[in-house]
Amino acid sequence: MDTTKVAKTNATTAATAKKPNRAGAVAGWADERLGLATAMKKNLRKVFPDHWSFMLGEIALWSFVVLLLTGVFLTLWFTPSMGEVQYNGSYDQLRGIHMSEAYASSLRLSFDVRGGLLMRQMHHWAAMLFVASMMVHLLRVWFTGAYRKPRELNWVIGCLLLILGTLEGFTGYSLPDDLLSGTGIRAADGFVKATPVVGSYMSFFMFGGEFPGESIIPRLYTVHVLLIPGLLLALIAAHMLLLVYHKHTQWPGPGRTEQNVVGFPMLPVYAAKAGGFFFMVFGVTALMGALFTINPVWKYGPYDPSKVTAGSQPDWYMGWPDGALRIMPGLETHIWGITISWNVMLPILILPVVMFTILLLLPFIDAWITGDKRDHHLLERPRNAPTRTALMVALMTMYGLFWIAGGNDIIAIKLHASINQITYFLRVAVFVGPVIAFVVTRRWCISLQRKDNETLLHGYETGIIMRSAEGGYSERHLPLPESRAYAIAARDRDPVIDGHPGAEVDANGVPAPTGGRLAALRHRLRTVWYADNVQKPTPAELEEGHHHAEHEHELQAPVEGHAADGHQFDGHHAVEDEHLRSH
Amino acid sequence: MRLLNRSAGRLSRHRRGPLAGLAVVLLGLLMTGGLYTVFSPAQAGSAASSEEQIAQGRELFLVSCAFCHGQNGEGLRTQQGNGDETQFGPTLVGVGAAAVDFQVSTGRMPMSRPGAQAPRKPVAFSDDEIAALAAYVASLGPGPAIPDESDYSLEGMSDEERQQAITNGGQIFLTNCTACHNFEGSGGAMPRGGAAPQIRGVEPRLIYEAMLTGPGQMDSFSNGNLSPEEKRDVIAYLGSMEDMPNYGGFGLGGLGPVVEGMVAWVFGIGLLVGAAVWIAAHTTRSTKKKVDA
Repeated sequence: MDTTKVAKTNATTAATAKKPNRAGAVAGWADERLGLATAMKKNLRKVFPDHWSFMLGEIALWSFVVLLLTGVFLTLWFTPSMGEVQYNGSYDQLRGIHMSEAYASSLRLSFDVRGGLLMRQMHHWAAMLFVASMMVHLLRVWFTGAYRKPRELNWVIGCLLLILGTLEGFTGYSLPDDLLSGTGIRAADGFVKATPVVGSYMSFFMFGGEFPGESIIPRLYTVHVLLIPGLLLALIAAHMLLLVYHKHTQWPGPGRTEQNVVGFPMLPVYAAKAGGFFFMVFGVTALMGALFTINPVWKYGPYDPSKVTAGSQPDWYMGWPDGALRIMPGLETHIWGITISWNVMLPILILPVVMFTILLLLPFIDAWITGDKRDHHLLERPRNAPTRTALMVALMTMYGLFWIAGGNDIIAIKLHASINQITYFLRVAVFVGPVIAFVVTRRWCISLQRKDNETLLHGYETGIIMRSAEGGYSERHLPLPESRAYAIAARDRDPVIDGHPGAEVDANGVPAPTGGRLAALRHRLRTVWYADNVQKPTPAELEEGHHHAEHEHELQAPVEGHAADGHQFDGHHAVEDEHLRSH
Repeated sequence: MRLLNRSAGRLSRHRRGPLAGLAVVLLGLLMTGGLYTVFSPAQAGSAASSEEQIAQGRELFLVSCAFCHGQNGEGLRTQQGNGDETQFGPTLVGVGAAAVDFQVSTGRMPMSRPGAQAPRKPVAFSDDEIAALAAYVASLGPGPAIPDESDYSLEGMSDEERQQAITNGGQIFLTNCTACHNFEGSGGAMPRGGAAPQIRGVEPRLIYEAMLTGPGQMDSFSNGNLSPEEKRDVIAYLGSMEDMPNYGGFGLGGLGPVVEGMVAWVFGIGLLVGAAVWIAAHTTRSTKKKVDA
């Protein structure tokens, strides 16, 4: 309790507080009106754990801020209209050509507005980084198990942010109305039209008539600058609020439990770190905007449905459905005069929706299979959940192969390969690749777990080769430092799955209810999920391991401290105040 | 008349002089030669050297080209084991000197092996030899001749006309060329290992010849299709793109969004993840010892 303001005497006049300094006065003024102190007292000292992988989502946040800043600049000059004008700006090669106002204003932004091209390029690069960092962040959250209860809904919000970011990107790069973006809109028109029965109606609704019409750019503009950014802002706010409410997850370590958060306070440490990181993200975006050409709209020329260019690709985040479309065999069905274009529908309308639904449901699928309904605030190392890790690596492999398919023409010309052969290869690889990746990753994780156990029980390899009196050689192992051993061993023991549901029989010989076919499936999946898992050593095993080590030490006692000096500088020990012995 | 008679008389006085015979012989020779030049067929003079060139070309052709194109440039079809006929080398009758000049002076011909694509490689012949080969192939049948520089240069045009030519060429380029050669002429893929090569930085004469003859899988844009002026404009546009500074910074190969995505991931995300690692590694410490916080 603060006692400075309590009266110390029994004088007749009331005790008054000393005059506060200027900053205090301002803070006091604001607090009396907004009640900030209560909120700030708690949050300014809020603790965040420290790890590089916790800052990946921050890249997305800061690049979103860059997007807002540069985007506002662009809106001041961009004209979202498909009205036809004759270009009379300073780009020679297109002077006198008729084009839409949208394209003309993009050219004006690029050549006649001071700093306009830099802003355009920064905006575009920031968009690429925004979606990319969201995906990197998503991978971190999955691989460390941070999506588990109570954070499943924040995973869902994150997935919605990812898909909205992708749509925001698509609407954005469609706006300049150059040849590339027009080709993209034409493709989107084709996708919509591939919807059975209602496709053409939807297309006419979207374009306000036949493609391209005059409405698509103004409509996309509204979606791009108002609708999606609004949703993004709201969801980002919700994402961050839930982060504060749940508190950040942390890596296990000495003193870190499911009940606490160990780290540094918001002020001054994290405010400085996050603020500094914003400037780094801004700097990298500015550097890219200044150094690397992105979407040189002036070279594409105005959109004209009769033209197309080689290398017409969407931005990278739309690359994988484009790849699926590229490698899809040309299947079509004709019934009653209606064409069902499986060749467009499957890769573009069905596949992304299915993949996105799977992504959205992953935490729930995981919880359903494992039956784990506990709260988790400590992270798991990827190796300690081999099936989970392998599942995401399989999905990544599939994504990557679709990506490759999306750039098949560029790969063909750069590697002097046949585009047909690449396509045939990928048609098989997108199915086989993920399976191989799954198996390899899973076994890899299990091997790493075994190695961890080995290190816990027998110590780490010191690189010191000992020769026994008999002339035999052996490598000396030393126990891990306590904190390191704790961090490795601080994980849950996997449940042991054996038998099958219904195998349990109660005292009266009545089998437990099986729960039907679904429960059986779940049991089978759970068996696969934990199959071949490696349990961490039991305390008894650890104890035995230590005894073993002590015994070994005894054997090696005669040579202790001789000739092997210097090996304490192996990176596993604090070597403050230690010096190499002078011989 | 009197004057003429007088001068003829004066000349006549020398008719028995010692040099008269020589003068008459010289005069006769001059007249014969002069008359011959006037009345003889015009190409007769160059015919001798051209025939020589064609003969030289034929020699080269038999050594380097006939294996696939046939002894007389008639092309070669081979019987596959399954009875299908395959075109081994196309006929060169009527392809003209322009086609030879394009293919041989870019090193595309002679091909090192048959395949989907004849890649550009070091030139195998000297300029004279290429000219001889071109002359020989041109002699097989009428075809497009090697364009002259005046066909594609903007020499002698006003600034405004040049500007108009470039703008016009850009539109023709975007309509006819970008579908295969990409918006910056960086090239693109064609089916079965073929490729539309990069046309940025290619000499104007070769671009003109390519349009004229349609090498490989390319369409040929005859003069009825794209007039000589339009061809000139396309070349002017490509030239102007090369002279243009890279407004946006490094061009990244002019290959479009695939490379841009790669740069975003490798450079952008790479740098920012590095920054995250750096920030996390540098934190407040109460002791100089590294803490596991």
